[in-house]
Parts: sequence; structure tokens; C-alpha cells
Amino acid sequence: MPNSGLIYDIKKYAIHDGPGIRTTIFLKGCPLDCWWCHNPESRSREPQSRKNLRPQKSIAMFANIPQLVGVRVSTAAVMEEIRKDVLFYDQSGGGVTFSGGEPLLQADFLKSMLKICRHENIHTAVDTSGYVDFSAFEKVLGFTDVFLYDIKLMDDALHRKFTGVSNRLILENLIKLQEKNVTLRVRIPLIPAITDTELNLKAIISFLKNETQYKEIDLLPFNQMGESKYERLDMEYRTGPLKMQSTEEIEEMKALFQKEGFRVSP
Amino acid sequence: MNQRIQKLRQQSLDAVETITAERARLLTDFYRSGEADRVSVPVARALAFRYLLEHKELCVNDGELIVGERGPQPKAVPTYPEICTHSEGDLSILHERKKVSFKSTPKTRELLLNEVLPFWEGRSIRDRIFREVDQEWKEAYTAGVFTEFMEQRAPGHTVLDNKIYHKGMLDFKTDIAASIARLDFFGDKEAVEKREELKAMEIAADAILVFAERYSQKLSGLAKTETNLQRRNELEKMAEICRHVPAHAPRTFWEALQYYWFVHLGVITELNTWDSFNPGRLDQHLLPFYRQGLADGSLSEEKAKELLMSFWVKFNNQPAPPKVGVTAQESNTYTDFCLINVGGVTATGEDASNELSYLILDVIEEMRLLQPSSMVQISKKNPDRLLKRALKIIKTGYGQPSLFNTDAIVQEMTRQGKDIIDARLGGASGCVEAGVFGKESYILTGYFNLVKVLEITLHNGFDPRTEKQIGLRTGDVKDFSSFGQLFEAFRKQLHYFIDIKIKGSLIIEKLYAQYLPAPFLSILIDDCIANGKDYNAGGARYNSSYIQGVGMGTITDTLSAIRRHVFERKSFSFNELLRALQNDFKGSEAIREKLLNESPKYGNDDDQADSILKLVFEEYFAAIDGRPNNKGGFFRVNLLPTTVHVYFGSVIGATADGRKAGMPLSEGISPVQGADTNGPTAVIKSAAKIDHLRTGGTLLNQKFTPQVLESEEGIDKAASLIRSYFRMDGHHIQFNVVTADTLRQAQRHPEEYKDLIVRVAGYSDYFVDLTDELQEEIIRRSEQTME
Repeated sequence: MPNSGLIYDIKKYAIHDGPGIRTTIFLKGCPLDCWWCHNPESRSREPQSRKNLRPQKSIAMFANIPQLVGVRVSTAAVMEEIRKDVLFYDQSGGGVTFSGGEPLLQADFLKSMLKICRHENIHTAVDTSGYVDFSAFEKVLGFTDVFLYDIKLMDDALHRKFTGVSNRLILENLIKLQEKNVTLRVRIPLIPAITDTELNLKAIISFLKNETQYKEIDLLPFNQMGESKYERLDMEYRTGPLKMQSTEEIEEMKALFQKEGFRVSP
Repeated sequence: MNQRIQKLRQQSLDAVETITAERARLLTDFYRSGEADRVSVPVARALAFRYLLEHKELCVNDGELIVGERGPQPKAVPTYPEICTHSEGDLSILHERKKVSFKSTPKTRELLLNEVLPFWEGRSIRDRIFREVDQEWKEAYTAGVFTEFMEQRAPGHTVLDNKIYHKGMLDFKTDIAASIARLDFFGDKEAVEKREELKAMEIAADAILVFAERYSQKLSGLAKTETNLQRRNELEKMAEICRHVPAHAPRTFWEALQYYWFVHLGVITELNTWDSFNPGRLDQHLLPFYRQGLADGSLSEEKAKELLMSFWVKFNNQPAPPKVGVTAQESNTYTDFCLINVGGVTATGEDASNELSYLILDVIEEMRLLQPSSMVQISKKNPDRLLKRALKIIKTGYGQPSLFNTDAIVQEMTRQGKDIIDARLGGASGCVEAGVFGKESYILTGYFNLVKVLEITLHNGFDPRTEKQIGLRTGDVKDFSSFGQLFEAFRKQLHYFIDIKIKGSLIIEKLYAQYLPAPFLSILIDDCIANGKDYNAGGARYNSSYIQGVGMGTITDTLSAIRRHVFERKSFSFNELLRALQNDFKGSEAIREKLLNESPKYGNDDDQADSILKLVFEEYFAAIDGRPNNKGGFFRVNLLPTTVHVYFGSVIGATADGRKAGMPLSEGISPVQGADTNGPTAVIKSAAKIDHLRTGGTLLNQKFTPQVLESEEGIDKAASLIRSYFRMDGHHIQFNVVTADTLRQAQRHPEEYKDLIVRVAGYSDYFVDLTDELQEEIIRRSEQTME
């Protein structure tokens, strides 16, 4: 079982990636190519130049690669960082979240990490696009406390356009997962005029109601934090300037779900 | 907030800070009269105090419910020529400067310069201090190695406990008389001096009674001519209150507040004590009156709130006394560091929060005034709702209340040998200083510039700025072959300068004991009456002298970068580094890049850097803690900067953490601005590696964007963050919740942001009043907030 993986960032006091105070480990490499992606540096499955990204964080495992995004690290090194904040997890009911990229692209490494966390009683979340072979899920599902599962667009043509891949595998995996008795939250990134349309949201609702029994929804309001990264990396930001949703608009979207019996946060 | 309070609040906000010559003139008249020459020093001080309170102008502001101002009107600040005198230059700078100005009329200036100044020049304590301290002290002081608190303001740094709520001044006079009666003239060589001190306390007690009586008469007079019936009733009621307190113990909520206010005015009129003065645990002291008033129907929640708000305005009407000389830069603020404590534990260690705690928090949230400042004590026994209520005020971006760890404070004090019950009844005052309320003199003697000492070490004892050999010759660092050698040289310099500082403080303590006793303050602080000793001469039950270390983040990162690049990796030689520093990195950008981006830095939960922090702390602690002062107490350490990190930075060239010459140092125990890249849990972990329990206070500033605290969930997580820090014995944490955008707007349009209050360092201040440098620093800090 591989005891090393490729990661590109560690975020502490992550407060939007599951319950309590969490540490989010960002695994590098993603099969999707979302227009609005906040972490364009996460796509490539290889270390890459930082170009003009902000200087490397002061974390020991990044100390020797000041100019790179992405470093191959051992499970032991990652665990050392995770353990540093155990007191905060205990206090807040938090834990660790594995995000990406797509963490399940490194399913074996992820499984190793999850097993150690389970052994040490650290709560785990896996933040996934769902676009992986189901065998990857099977490797980790016995060791994962909660999946954070992204649904973006129900219209497959639009899904292909805006993420580069079909949504079929994603939806199939979501259906399959419920037979496995997992805890799962469906997360919907609200991208203005792309995913946050009433049409799309209603389609998601009807899919979830008809095909699944999931009830927990996270709506992720749009923010422009990712945009500057494209510039720093000399990449094109295809989404263009978008307007953030107002609190009222978010409330309306939330209501759509609540009306149908879903529990929505925030 | 009702109309009355809105009006009083607005009046306070609109009042212009002025200098009044009243106190200085009365004091000079008294000392010129020759009466002072016929009596002992303490009695003369007490008679002077009585003379002031017999003659100072009274002030009753329209609609107010608590009466009494220090000057003739709100925000009229007296001078204290027995401490320090204002020169013509000082007065004109104060009058004209753009920020934190104090206006003075030609008449005031004439009085101060022609009558006051000539009499006190040479007699003021400041002049005495500069005559008595060593040359080494003066050179280190000039170089910016340390500052001295007592050269412009008297020792204070104390807070009142609950004694005035069950004892009137007449009761204190009985205690004083009993103490005189107990004096053993045959066995106690100091009995005569003690009698003089106790006589002085008696006179000082009479003085405040005279003052209250004058107010009572004035209020009765105003009531007679008042046409508004409701106001007339109020004035009559207030006249009656002033007849009852402070002579007797208060019977009602209203009387309790008015009593405290008379005492407050007494303390800040007697001397310009540091940290003004402070009622401390207000939610504890007032609770019996609050409950009783509600039970017997004489008080309602609304009325209590109105009275508290009226009380709040009184604090805001008393800005800090203006500085003299060049030290204006050191602490350029109107705030006088009065810190109301809410929450915490009772004498027996139980949760002390109560319904009044929450009412006081409502008052704080609505009033949004600079003074009084406020804090919430959080013990493990306090419920989360108290912490969350505080966070909901903090998230509005006004920098108050700050959050303190009661359990740490109690342990800090018991380690220092204080009784656990005394400790539980204490709290924090000023910025973050732990103290036993009503029983301790915990003097801040001055800030100590740790980074400057390192700079001097790097130059073999020479100060590059003043171009003097002011330190020891600890060796040319270019010859050092290990980090250990460098640290040993730093250690020697540190002890050398601490010795200079402590010797100076011992001299200054004696000067205050001899020339400036404070008999009125001595009535209020145990056990001055029982001991027959003045507050300034060691009369208090506990006497602590603090030296506040500044620049923990900067010195850690500086030593860490030197260790990494000069000794471990040999990225460049000491010679190259020193040259780069000398040239402020001009032409050495590559070196600076490495120092900035490839060195372990404090604030990231990285032991490579944090181990150095611990080394520095242990050495600082070893140099100071437990050394005896002249009052029967000890020197102690704490780690807070107020705004001095700006001044201290201005006297230091470029440093090896990549900081450019003259830039501010890190503040408190916060990391260097921008050095912490891993969010608040990492900062907290790093900060908790200092042994807080062996300090008397540390200051940690965290910046949050408003979004982080927007939702209930955000509040919950922030509460967990704080609880975690406190579980690790963290002493204090403070949040600045304001966006850089807002601050930039305020810089461009100061007139529209007159009431924007931000956290500076251990206290809050009006953003538009801050110097440009501080404004920039706070903007930089805000820009680095977590996403």
C-alpha cells in the first residue's frame, strides 16, 4: 500500500470543509477541468512551477520546494501536520478533510491516510468530484467518516462543456454509494448563470429525490477568490467576471431544497 | 439607546480635547503658600489634594445621571507639573498636531508657562529621575533599548475591588484611626512615618467628602431653578445621592455607580496614574444592587442600562493626559486604558457570569466608545454562551471586548505567590496585565526592546544609530562559528541591559516613595491602611514591577534566519549578511529573498522557529523574574507592546528576518506581519509554546475577515479556537475584524470614519487618530487576514 502521495497544499482552520475545525489536505491531480475551479494548480498530476503564485506556506514538507506546486510526501509527514491540530479537532468536533484535485485519483495513498486517521480516532471527510472508477470508492469507504460529494450540472452537454467530462459516472457512483451505507453530503457549487439556475437546481432536486435518499445539502456560494490564481499561473479564466450572489438569492435557492425536505447548510 | 443617552454620547464624541491649567494652577498656589513646608511630604500631598477638590470648578452636564469631571468640562485634561512640566514647544505641538491634539487657549498657555513651569522646573519627578539615574541608563534609553513609564506618569496599574460597595469613606476613616491607634511607637522604628502617612489618608478621605458635598449643593441649586419637572426630580435625587456617597456605603445601583465615579475622579486628580483607574469586575460588584433594585421595584433593566450608559460616557470624557517631550510617538492616543472586566470566576472558583454580565455586554455593544474599554474573562467554568455573546460584539469590528483566560490568570498569580482567592477576584487591566484587584500594585516600568539588544550584539556592543559603545564587548560575530556562540553573546548583552533597567527602576521607585506618595489611592488598595504605608512605598499587599518584552516575533525570525543561512546552510557569511543589513538590502535582494522566504518563521507551529522563541523567552524570564524591587515585591515579565513596536522599530536598522530599517517590530506575541502563513491554529500553537503561566500577561492579535464570523457556525468554530488556546494556557486573544477596504476608505475620507474603532495592540483606538505608520501597519495586517 503506497505510503506516499502528491499533495500541493495544507490548509489549517479549514471551516468550510465539514464539521468543526479541520485541516484540509489537498491532493494533486484532477480529471475534471471546471471553468470556475478555485485551484487551477491542482489539475496536473505532476509538480509544476509556482510561477507567480504566492510564496510557499511555511510548512516543513514544502521547505525544499520554494518554486514548485506539488510535492511527493510520506503518510508519516502528512500525519505529523494533521496531528498538530488534534486539540482543535477535539474541541470543535472537527478533523481532517482530503480534498483536491480529486483525492480518489490517489486512492491507495488516501486509503493509507484514512486508515491511520481511523486508528487515531481522527474524523475524516473526503471531498470528491465523484469522477473516478467505483473501485476507488470501494477502497476507502470503510475508512471514511463522511463524503463531501460535488454535483455541478444535471444537463450532460453543459457538464461536458463546463467541466470537460460527462456527468454519467458521477451520478452512477452517487447512486451506488447509497447501497454502501455511507454518510454523504451533496455539495453544489453555485456558479452564477452556470450551475445556480433554477432549471439546474430543480433538476438536481428531482434527481436526488427520485434516484437517491441523500438529504444533506451544502450550497457553496460563489466567490472570486480563484480568479487571481489564473493570472498568477498565466492561465485563462474562461468564466470571466461573475457577480456574487446576494444573500437573498442564496436564501431563495436554499428554500428550493428545503421545500423538498432537504437539510441545507449553511 | 434612549434619547438622553444618544445626546450624552454625541456630546462626548463631539467634545474637543483641551488642556486645562486649573489643576496645575491650584497645585502651584498651594505649594507656593508655604503650607506644604510646615508638614510632612505625605500630609502636604494630602492637603494639596484637598485644596484641589475644594477649589476645582464643578461640572454638571445637561441630562447626565452620574456627575463629576476631572477638568472644568468634558475632555478638559489637566497637567501634573509635579510629575512633568509642559514647555512652550510641547504645548504648541499638542495644540497644532493633526492627530491626537490637545487644544489650549493663550490664557492656559500663559498660566502654564509663566506660573506653573518656573515653580516646578527641577522639582518635577521627571527632572529628578533624569538627575538621579546613571549615564548608562540614559544612553540605553536614548538608544531605544527601553522606555520608562514613570518619567511622565505616576505608578498606578491597579484596579479597584468591591470594597467601596460595602464601606463608605467614613468607614475607611474609622479603619485609618484604628491603624493609627495600633501603631507601636516603642517597637516600630517607622511608626512616626506611618502616622504621617495615615494622617495623610485621613485628609484625603475628607477631601473626597468635601468634593461630594460641593456637588450635592450644586445639584440642589440646579434643581431649584430647573423648570422641567422630571429633570428637577432627577437633580434632587442626585443631590441626595451625593450626600450619601461616598460618605456611606451605597444602597442602590445608582449610588454605587456615583460612588465609584467620585473615587475614580479622586485617583486621577491626585496623580496621573498609569491606566487611569478602573472599577474592574463591574458585573460582580453591581449585581447585589441590581438584583435588589429589581426585587423592590426601585430599578428596571432599562433604568440600569441607562445608568450604565451614563456611567460609560463619563469614562469617555477623560482622555489620557498629554505627553511631553519626544515621547509623544511612543503612545499616541487618547485612550487611558480603563478595562472593564466581565465574567470570570467567584472567590470560591465558581462561574461568576450572571444576568448583569450580559446587560453590560449590551451596553458595550451599543455605546461603541473608546473608553471604557472592555474584556470578557473566560474560565473553563463559564458557559459558551458568554464567549459567543462576546464574539458577536467582536464581529461588528469594533475591537472590543478582548478575551482573557481566567484560569491562566489565576495560575499566573498563584505562581507569583498570591493567595488563590485574591487571584480569583482579580483579572486583567490596561492592555493585558494580570493583577489582584484592590490589593496589588502591578507597575509596568517600561518596554524592553529585545531586537535592539540583538542589533547591539551583532555590532559587538556598539549602537549603530547613536554611534556609541553602549553595550558589552561580547566579540565580533564574524568570528563566531556556531549559533550557540551568537546566542551566548546575546544572552550577556540582555542581562547587562536588564540590569541597567532594573537599577533605574529601583531608583525611580524610591523617588516616588519619597516625593510623591498617593494617600487617596492608598485608602483604596489593601493593605496600605493596615500597614500604614503608601501605595507608592510598598503599602499594597502585593507589589510587582513588570518589564514588558517587545519584538518576540521579530527576534525569533531574525535568529532563525541567521541560524538557517549563516550557520546551517552557509548560504552566505555573517560578513555578507551584515553588509546587506547595513545597506538596508540595497543590492542584496537575493539575500533578502532567502531570509524572507526560506527561513523557518514563528507563527507556523514549526518547532525550528518556535524553539528559538522559547530560548529567548527563557533567557528574558531568567534575567528578570523574582528579582526584588524596593517595595517588598518582585520584578516580573510580561509580553505586550501597546504601540511601542513602532517606535522600537524606528530605532533599529534592517534585520535578518528581511525587515527593512525603521519598520515596526512584531507586536505582543503575534507573529511578524505576514510571516504566519498557516492560519490561526498554527499561530495559536506557536504562541502557546511560550509558558504564559510564568508571565503576567501576553498579547496575541488575530485578524479575521468579517466573513469568518458571519454565520452561527463561524462563531462556534471561533469559540472552539479560543477555548483551545485557553486550554493551552494562552493568556489573551484579540480579534480585529475589519476589511482592508474599509480602512483604505477611512484613510481617504477620515471625516466619514470618525467613529471607526480598530484594535491596535491590547487596546482599541480611533483609526483616524492613528499615525500614518500605524494606519499602514494595521492595513497590512488586515490584508493578511485568512480567507
